[in-house]
Amino acid sequence: MKTVRIGAGQGFLGDSPFPALDVVRYGGVSYLCCDALAELTLAILQKLRTRGAGAGWTPDLRTYMNLLLEECRQRNIRIITSAGGLNPRGAATEIAEAARVLGIRGLRVGIVEGDNISGCLDDLIQRGISLDNLETGEPFSSLNREEVLFANVYLGAGPIVEALNKGADVVVTGRCADTALFLAPLIHEFGWSMTDWNRLAAGVVVGHLLECSAQSTGGNFSGEWWNVPDMHRPGYPIAEVDEDGNAVLTKPEQCGGLVTRETVAEQLVYEVHDPARYLTPDVTADFTSVRLEDLGDNRVAVTEVRGGPRPEKLKVSIGYGSGWCGEMTVRYAWPDALQKAHKAEEIIRRQMALLQIKPQEMIVEYLGVNSLLGPAADGRSEDLDEVGLRMAIRTRNRREAELFPRLFPPLALSGPPGLGAGSFGDNRARELVCLWSALVPREEIKPVVEVLEVD
Amino acid sequence: MAMKIRLKELARSRSGDKGNTCNIGLIAKKSQYYPVLLREVTADKVKDHFGDFVRGKVVRYEMVNIDALNFVLYEALNGGAASSIRSDNLGKCFGSALLKMWVEVDENEL
Repeated sequence: MKTVRIGAGQGFLGDSPFPALDVVRYGGVSYLCCDALAELTLAILQKLRTRGAGAGWTPDLRTYMNLLLEECRQRNIRIITSAGGLNPRGAATEIAEAARVLGIRGLRVGIVEGDNISGCLDDLIQRGISLDNLETGEPFSSLNREEVLFANVYLGAGPIVEALNKGADVVVTGRCADTALFLAPLIHEFGWSMTDWNRLAAGVVVGHLLECSAQSTGGNFSGEWWNVPDMHRPGYPIAEVDEDGNAVLTKPEQCGGLVTRETVAEQLVYEVHDPARYLTPDVTADFTSVRLEDLGDNRVAVTEVRGGPRPEKLKVSIGYGSGWCGEMTVRYAWPDALQKAHKAEEIIRRQMALLQIKPQEMIVEYLGVNSLLGPAADGRSEDLDEVGLRMAIRTRNRREAELFPRLFPPLALSGPPGLGAGSFGDNRARELVCLWSALVPREEIKPVVEVLEVD
Repeated sequence: MAMKIRLKELARSRSGDKGNTCNIGLIAKKSQYYPVLLREVTADKVKDHFGDFVRGKVVRYEMVNIDALNFVLYEALNGGAASSIRSDNLGKCFGSALLKMWVEVDENEL
């Protein structure tokens, strides 16, 4: 039976590109699939673009291409990446430019567009498509349209398959379902029908297990993480998939990491809501049907996946500005470290009152005590050697968010004793972006595929 | 004999974000612990455990194929990753927080 090997090359913007090179060199894969877009990444790209520090695609795209293009070309490995972000066409020109500089001729770059619907929102609303908030049920009219920064639909595997069918060596997309990047080459290779729900669901499960790079090969493992070998050089996951959708998950032998039923199961539950109905643009996958079996030697079989019809509607993610954050962290030494931090908090609060800084919300966290676990923390306070105080405010206007961190440096001379003055870090105000998820009828969305050849 | 232990002794966890919603996958370390998780770790208990961190409801799903429970916590992430002003803006530590929960077990269940 025919099998195809696909490998993961990236789990988010900010991931390391070197494990991707290991997958290319040692993984025996035919496809390298790179998921560059976490849910919040379009917000980051939009902020960079506004600051003049980017053009909508991921800033590390060139680094990836410089490292991978030639090595992939030599081995006939095709690359699929969502690094296009808010500007897949611009990203394609960047890839073409990288190829030219590297002296690679005849590279075909596939572009998937059509996910950006920011220009059609009014039209959709006028035609009675509600765009109500999926999480809260709020009507779209409650959103200040001036604040909308982007609106992108999660596309499915179809357009990527089309680009592969047209011979693309590299396919670059904007927003699409993360799993589509991995499902597409399987559909392309095996010719799966777009209504073969069980096989499509199997491809989605493979994609889900690969989309967060090392998270299925020992990264973030909450079991015996101390026994995961050589994570300075993690092996990113590779799936060997047969035409029925049965897969074996593994990693490059030369690299570190751990592939067991346990590490894989942890990724299976990652960012899932109803596991019996994992919705994607292409299929509804049933994660409760998945059978994971340890084959030993860093190999796990993934079988028996079932699926059902795809949802009628597609998800759109609309980002909008939701104010500003100003924050600062300071650290205090023993003795009475926590009491000193409390006193500093009180001083800052009273200064805020004097200066009439009135945030919409303020969060106070004590590092070493409760900054990560919140109400679930024990809140131990006895005789701590050091404590950090982090205060963060949410404001409507930027000026207050910028002013707030400036209240802290004077604490070094006028506050409680034992402040580590080196702790005054980055104090720029940060723009906050909220995501508004809604549903759009499938027929409203028209993906566009084009393949360019680099001469 | 009944005793109280931390959930950490029985399970592993992984958590993450989608919008302002957080999910926590809780996986039994051994299949024999799964019925204990089912009995002890209810949606209501999880909601209480997180106090004012979680403004919305908590829904529990079962994944018997991998001895896991999946908890979906609504309005849990201070507005969501790029809008949160918390240190743990992505909800990655919710899994750790859940493992602190005290559960009651009989010693012959261990």
